[in-house]
Amino acid sequence: MTPSNHLATQVDEAAEKAPNGTPDSLRDHTTVLESRDLVVRYGTTEAVKGITLEIPEKMVTAIIGPSGCGKSTFLRTLNRMNDFVPSVSISGHVFYRGTDLYSRDVDPVEARRRIGMVFQKPNPFPKSIFRNVSWGPAINGVPKRQLPDLVEDSLRKAALWDEVKDRLHDSALGLSGGQQQRLCIARSLAMEPEILLMDEPCSALDPVSTGKIEDLMFELKKRYTMVIVTHNMQQAARVSDYTAFLEAGVLVEFDDTDQLFTNPSVRRTEEYVTGRFG
Amino acid sequence: MNPNEPKNQLASKTSPWRDRRERGIGWVLLGSASLSVATTIGIVVVLFREAFEFFSKVPVTDFLFGTRWTPLLEPRHFGVLPLLSGTMMIVVGSAVIAIPLGLASAIYLSEYSTPRIRTVLKPVLEILAGIPTVVYGFFALTFVTPLLQAVLPQTNVFNAASASIVVGIMILPMIASLCDDALRAVPDELRQGGYAVGATSMEVTLRIVLPGALSGVLASFVLALSRAIGETMAVTLAAGMTPKLTANYLESIGTMTAYIVQVSLGDTPTGTIEYNTIFAVGALLFLITLVMNVLAHRILQRYREVYE
Repeated sequence: MTPSNHLATQVDEAAEKAPNGTPDSLRDHTTVLESRDLVVRYGTTEAVKGITLEIPEKMVTAIIGPSGCGKSTFLRTLNRMNDFVPSVSISGHVFYRGTDLYSRDVDPVEARRRIGMVFQKPNPFPKSIFRNVSWGPAINGVPKRQLPDLVEDSLRKAALWDEVKDRLHDSALGLSGGQQQRLCIARSLAMEPEILLMDEPCSALDPVSTGKIEDLMFELKKRYTMVIVTHNMQQAARVSDYTAFLEAGVLVEFDDTDQLFTNPSVRRTEEYVTGRFG
Repeated sequence: MNPNEPKNQLASKTSPWRDRRERGIGWVLLGSASLSVATTIGIVVVLFREAFEFFSKVPVTDFLFGTRWTPLLEPRHFGVLPLLSGTMMIVVGSAVIAIPLGLASAIYLSEYSTPRIRTVLKPVLEILAGIPTVVYGFFALTFVTPLLQAVLPQTNVFNAASASIVVGIMILPMIASLCDDALRAVPDELRQGGYAVGATSMEVTLRIVLPGALSGVLASFVLALSRAIGETMAVTLAAGMTPKLTANYLESIGTMTAYIVQVSLGDTPTGTIEYNTIFAVGALLFLITLVMNVLAHRILQRYREVYE
């Protein structure tokens, strides 16, 4: 069997397992990001086995699934953060408003400016709070005199301004974990992205900080499209409009969050969301 | 003894010699460790005792600020500045070569190369560090100097430029290797944070990784340069033994280490003032490298907790 045949089989299986690949209600929304038959391999291991998924504009889409199901890998292909993994190879497509992110004439740096990312572990730069937020815009040519306003605006959007306004020039490393994560969100927002990808943004945080970040997501979805990977099903149910359930690199079900959690159409999804495995 | 008391379950079953043997091994190891410490102390004591004898005959100010060094010829002058300037020329010259090249190699190894290239390049770099310094010396004399003379005909047979170049090559692996370690110690999350806000590899390297690794990078410079100060064979062979205050890299100079070689080789009788000079020069050399090593250590300590 040739590799491409093998791949085709995988996609077929995925299609069979996922009768609700595109929920009807999704038709009412513009698709900003779309993966089509996306396959990601690390060396010879397939982490993502042919995922086709449409991300609706100005909605929160949650990706859930057991550990190792490929959800983080999938998320990282959406803004080409997987480029930095040495052994990775990607086939299939990711379309951003009709442009294939993996085509030759796409500049991955430009893609990442439009599609920001917040990571699992807060990763502020070892610089001041101000410089953390202004760093991205500054290297991308925003004039210096516009930076103070941009920093304030971004910190306000990230609900952090009131806590840090008197110590903007202190090191970001002096902030608590939750504050650091909101700073990282502010850092992404300062680039004025269209889409924000979040890779388990609360998994390293305490419940209070998690609550603050979730409130923030409600606020942010008015302006941004968000994709959040989480292993916390309550969180997915609370913050997202749509939910995709992945297992072993395959999209099992994608639907309205309410629908998926209350009346899943695939048995495997039901078993997962009711906590029978995972 | 109370018959109800429980029997000791953990009593030693091996021979009573075991404890003594263990203690004996401890003493042997302590002895080995002390030997190197004792040797160091011994060297320092001898160095400074002989140096003090020198300073009982020549005022410290004449030594430190004098501009002529002719201890072996009449009239005698004991100003160390020509030797110090010779050494500093080598340090500056080798730094100009080794710092940019070493840092560039480290950045390439840590940020740009693939793991495969790295596994080949790093050992090669370390082999460069293992070449005996005398080999570098005759490499300078027989290869670098003729090359310099072909370009600049006024170049002397013994010249500071040639010595600086080979010392630069000599300390390059040290800088490259230590900087590579420092750069790789910067957490990957910081790089990803940079890429996620639309930075290029160069921006991430120069503005996030390098500042994050600054302490290790600076410390590697200081350590490598302190090695350049102490370097002896290559500079003696290539730069000559004619101490003078000059800034001309194409002339022959004399470094502190080359002078010590010169006196040690000749038939200078013990106890004479010429004999004592090498201890004065040696003590100064020792103090300079000590200060630089302490400095490197301080730099490392100071910025250690930069990311966490």
